[in-house]
Amino acid sequence: MKPGAGRYEPYSYFQLMEVSLRELLVDKGIVTEDAIAGAVRAMRERGPERGAAMVARAWVDEAYKARLLADGSRAAEELGFEVPGLKLIVVENTPQTHNAIVCTLCSCYPRVLLGLPPEWYKSRPYRSRMVREPRKVLAEFGLKLPAKTAIRVHDSNADMRYMVLPMRPAGTDGWDAARLAMMVSRDCLIGVAVPQLPKKSKTRKSR
Amino acid sequence: MGGLPAGKVRRTEHAYDEWELRVDAMMVLLTGIAGGKKRMTVDELRKNIESLPPADYDRLGYYDRWIASLTQTMIQRGVITTDELARKMEQVANRGQAPISRRRRKDRR
Amino acid sequence: MSDGKLVPVPNYRVGDRVTVRKAYPLGHIRTPYYIRGHTGVVERVCGAFPNPEELAQQRDGLPAQPLYRVRFRQEDLWPGYRGANADVLELEIYQHWLE
Repeated sequence: MKPGAGRYEPYSYFQLMEVSLRELLVDKGIVTEDAIAGAVRAMRERGPERGAAMVARAWVDEAYKARLLADGSRAAEELGFEVPGLKLIVVENTPQTHNAIVCTLCSCYPRVLLGLPPEWYKSRPYRSRMVREPRKVLAEFGLKLPAKTAIRVHDSNADMRYMVLPMRPAGTDGWDAARLAMMVSRDCLIGVAVPQLPKKSKTRKSR
Repeated sequence: MGGLPAGKVRRTEHAYDEWELRVDAMMVLLTGIAGGKKRMTVDELRKNIESLPPADYDRLGYYDRWIASLTQTMIQRGVITTDELARKMEQVANRGQAPISRRRRKDRR
Repeated sequence: MSDGKLVPVPNYRVGDRVTVRKAYPLGHIRTPYYIRGHTGVVERVCGAFPNPEELAQQRDGLPAQPLYRVRFRQEDLWPGYRGANADVLELEIYQHWLE
């Protein structure tokens, strides 16, 4: 908040509360402004790259894939990602089964691997309907699954966090992990999308 | 709220406002997730969000609920008192203003 | 993966049929309303963790409680469910909510 930079409006009640709580906590030595700024920077910079890297590595390395499915947190650490307190379960899509993640109680999400969740993930419609009519919700996301593919919905309601390991698209033989990771969007890791081959005409940044 | 009827999923994407990221940062620091002294648990955060009146829960934005809950937790834990909070809020309100928020009111859920 | 000083031996194993208790207490509960009273199968024993109901009340939540991933058939949960017969929902239930 630099004086003079941009337009101003009065604090909302909750913005007022944020400033007040922060200043009280800093005054009392509970937190520092630097620590807050550092945490803000960390979350601003985090996207789904870590999750995508884990998926791509699993696609090219069967042994890593086995370890990933057995202990997701350990597999993340193996790639050098610090995941304090994370208890990750990775669930694998197959031709018979498609996985999707929701948190009906609040909005639990493996933030440290995917970044902050999108607004829709935290919304009432997604949280209410995903457990009850997943096919319909996925269709609204543009994902139509064959009738005989089972859908496995995971409600992240307690201590575990979840990430989907999508199927590797056909036509990617010989691709290296970095190139494969570019196809794995945040939505693929939540399970509301599947990886697509980039269109040949131009590179598309998928969400 | 799982299984209750609800409308279509609105696939809004937006950039977080600075103040919201600061709320998020305070949660991370106070719950000790990223190392540092643990002053509260995420369970208290959730409990205090769940304790909000249902009308408020729906009306307020996500980080509105979080800052309300964090503040409530700090009061419950005795880290701050209600009087300290009241005085500080008065002081801040009299002092200045916030940069204009980027999102429209109706997108804040 | 366990927290807490005492690690109790879990009562249930993978494959056991378990029913979620139908109780509606006050306080912070991590067992969603929609699953209470329903029967499923243990898919995984996740470990033992401090009880979140107690942690929410500023207590230490010990002894740690076993946590299970339980799989439910969607057709069992929702009247008129439209989807594949094999569609399932999996969530985590603390041992004291199972019988």
